[in-house]
Amino acid sequence: MRTNDVMLQTATKVVTFIILMFAVHIFFAGHYTPGGGFVGGLLTTSAIVLLMLAFDVKTVKKILPINYVIMTAVGLLIAIATAAASIIFDVPFFTHAYDYFDLPLFGKTSLHSAMLFDAGVYLVVVGVTMTIIQTIGEDE
Amino acid sequence: MSFVFLIFLPILAALFVPLLFKKMRQIHTGWFVLIVPVILFVYYAMLVPTTSEGGQLVSSFQWIPSLDIAIVAYIDGLSLLFSLLITGIGALVVLYSIFYLDKNREQLHNFYVYLMMFMTAMLGVVQSDNLISLYFFWELTSISSFLLIGYWYTRDRSRFGALKSMMITVFGGLMMLGGFVLLGIMGNTYSIRELIAQAPEMASHSFFTWALILILLGAFTKSAQFPFYIWLPDAMEAPTPVSAYLHSATMVKAGLYLVARFTPIFAVSGTWMWLVAGVGLFTMFWGSFFALKQKDLKAILAFSTVSQLGLIMSLLGASAAGYHIGGAADTVFKYAAFAAIFHLINHATFKGSLFMVAGIVDHETGTRDIRKLGGLMGLMPITFTIAMIGSFSMAGLPPFNGFLSKEMFLTAMLSLTEFNLFSMDVWGVLFPVIAWIGSVFTFIYSFFFVFHTFAGKHKPDLLPKKAHEAPIGMLVSPAFLALLVLVIFFIPNQVGDWLIKPAVVAIQPFLYTAPADVNIHVSAWHGLQPEFWMTLGIFLVGGLLFWKLHKWQRAYDRFPDNFTLNRLYDNLMYLSDGGANRFSALYMTGFIRSYLVYMFSFLIIIVLGALVLNDAFSINLNNLAPVGFYEIVILLALIGSTVTILASKSRLTAIIALGAVGYSIALFFVIFRAPDLALTQLVIETISVALFLLAFYHLPQLSLKEERMKFKLGNAIIALGVGVTVTLVALSSHSQKALPSISQFYKETVYSEAGGGNIVNVILVDYRGFDTLFEIAVLGIAGIGIITMIKLRLSKKEGQHENQ
Repeated sequence: MRTNDVMLQTATKVVTFIILMFAVHIFFAGHYTPGGGFVGGLLTTSAIVLLMLAFDVKTVKKILPINYVIMTAVGLLIAIATAAASIIFDVPFFTHAYDYFDLPLFGKTSLHSAMLFDAGVYLVVVGVTMTIIQTIGEDE
Repeated sequence: MSFVFLIFLPILAALFVPLLFKKMRQIHTGWFVLIVPVILFVYYAMLVPTTSEGGQLVSSFQWIPSLDIAIVAYIDGLSLLFSLLITGIGALVVLYSIFYLDKNREQLHNFYVYLMMFMTAMLGVVQSDNLISLYFFWELTSISSFLLIGYWYTRDRSRFGALKSMMITVFGGLMMLGGFVLLGIMGNTYSIRELIAQAPEMASHSFFTWALILILLGAFTKSAQFPFYIWLPDAMEAPTPVSAYLHSATMVKAGLYLVARFTPIFAVSGTWMWLVAGVGLFTMFWGSFFALKQKDLKAILAFSTVSQLGLIMSLLGASAAGYHIGGAADTVFKYAAFAAIFHLINHATFKGSLFMVAGIVDHETGTRDIRKLGGLMGLMPITFTIAMIGSFSMAGLPPFNGFLSKEMFLTAMLSLTEFNLFSMDVWGVLFPVIAWIGSVFTFIYSFFFVFHTFAGKHKPDLLPKKAHEAPIGMLVSPAFLALLVLVIFFIPNQVGDWLIKPAVVAIQPFLYTAPADVNIHVSAWHGLQPEFWMTLGIFLVGGLLFWKLHKWQRAYDRFPDNFTLNRLYDNLMYLSDGGANRFSALYMTGFIRSYLVYMFSFLIIIVLGALVLNDAFSINLNNLAPVGFYEIVILLALIGSTVTILASKSRLTAIIALGAVGYSIALFFVIFRAPDLALTQLVIETISVALFLLAFYHLPQLSLKEERMKFKLGNAIIALGVGVTVTLVALSSHSQKALPSISQFYKETVYSEAGGGNIVNVILVDYRGFDTLFEIAVLGIAGIGIITMIKLRLSKKEGQHENQ
């Protein structure tokens, strides 16, 4: 039985972007206010899951042609590379650095290498949760 | 010359044995092997002049210097005597085995490799001055003996015998290691010579008796003393050259060597004397008594070996008495060690030849059953002559060397009655009596062995093969040994000067300092002393009993089979095997529930026990925060949903209630001002509830019976116990904060050092980013695990196919 869920799909089209924006916000805000890579990742996943519920796994795969296992691997790589980069500057493993820059459009902004590490966490969380949900969802 | 490396010559030669066996098929491998013991024998024989003047040779090789472990070859009279026995009889046995083992049918490469390994091990045992290397070689003799007994490994009896000897000798070996370690602790050195030097101080140490008993256990198991002799008769499944070499002349004497070597240390103790002399003498009697029960030629010889080893052991025990008597060098106790070594040599000669005779009889007639044999005298005259010489020497008849050592044995045993320490004056009279009875039985079984095999009626129809004389090559070794038996009788004092007296100095250093001090002259005629009458009595009573043997030998069959030591051993093995099995089956139920019960019970017992024993429980209500209204409400919700999980009838309810628990915890996080945790908890709880629902949806339809969880009292008690335990621990630890928290540091430095505002996140990615790194690795692994479980599983059909 194929039901016609126009309302759900239409709402999803709007809501997904709101959730994604919120996820990105939470991710970037993590260093100063509650949030961070982990929650941001989970929220991103929930946006994709909402898409899967409204449409179906195949469609979502078509619009988001991402291999989540590779995404996980890239995330882990970024995390370990950020941690290891400190060795080049002859400081102990996992030493972070930060400074303030004048960026166009943003103005005076603090850039922190911990953000890169958090990005790794973000990618891993999205990758793993999506791997799990997709694998189980496709299972017969 | 560093002769310590000569110990390893046989094992190095063994490396080439398989090569020679494969490449030189036309020549019997034994001929190549023969070279090794001959070279060694000649080398050791050249050292005789040195030791007979009291000289000692030391050669060492550092093995683990930091632990004081070295391989030290120390040659004095005692070790040289044993080395000569090992290499000399080794050479004869190899020669004999060349004719005994067929080069086409037998796996000679195995045989000679094991044999050479054994030779190295034995040489190592007798020459080692370092306790640890002595133990190393000692276990190597056990292992090579195990391999040699199981040489015909397709036979059940061989494997059984090999395992039995392994179990018993390794048990003794491990006990001995314990004794050695205690000695090492007491003396602070592993060197035997240094231990002997400080023997007087060690006697009062509290470990002394322990070390003594443990080392004696090692010696008794190896030398087949009562009640550990039971492996020796079963070891007779080995090829006869092995029995002749290991189980009569060399390995079983390793225990005697050990006792002799440690006599200077332990002689001061009455326990040592009683144990060694008492157990030895009892073994002598027991072995000789049961030798007559045996039907198999080699079994008779095995029991005879047990008995003779007991005899030597008791003499070594008596030699310790010399320590306690002033002017012992003038009394009869000076004889004991001399008699022990003398009989040890004699036994090696006659028992070696007798085993080879038994092998010849087996080889030429096809059976070793004494009931089928008889009348071989005319068919195998040379073998008979050798057997007669060996047996008469064993029985103690003149003019054979056994007569001389048996006389000295009786002298030593008689003298024990005069010894008035350690309540010997009360019980000492038993010693000559048991010795005499044992000697009578020795006399009978010696005659039984030779006459029931070679005299009487020939029964050709009972024999699998047509009996005939053995080839000359097989007869050389036993004939040579038989010749020695005779020669030693006529020149006992030369043998004494060359070999025995230097050895006696090693055993009784408290009596003599140089071999020349040993003032003993062996003579065949003592005059009309008590031992002469005893010998005469042995001959008369023994002769009479042997004459009427057929009348009373059947009495042996009346002995119950159920109460033997063999049966005890079998039951012990069965019990330890089956019992251990049953014991582990008792608690290894295979149900995860049982294992959880064990784990939680032990958790409760250990934690609560520690809490009570250390009196660690305390409640301090001083720095508690006030309880707010919302906290109580959420707590009630939490308790309510927890109870719902336990009491719910349907699984769906339980899952929903679990979700409620998760969300209430998220609310707690909100109240306790942990926004990051609250966020994460909310999302994670949602995902896990969804996964639960997924699992719930896929339950198989068949067993889909909705029912309430059954109440089990045991589970309830354990659950309650764990809850109480954890609560008590939490209360106590909260009340006894030893150190202030480090969170103040984070608060102060979060902006200045780390450039952030969210402490939680900064801790996660900066202060303690290491943890996060590995947590995301854990996540990644979980994801990969789920992929492999779902995507890569084999279909059920394929799995079945594989199993078929």
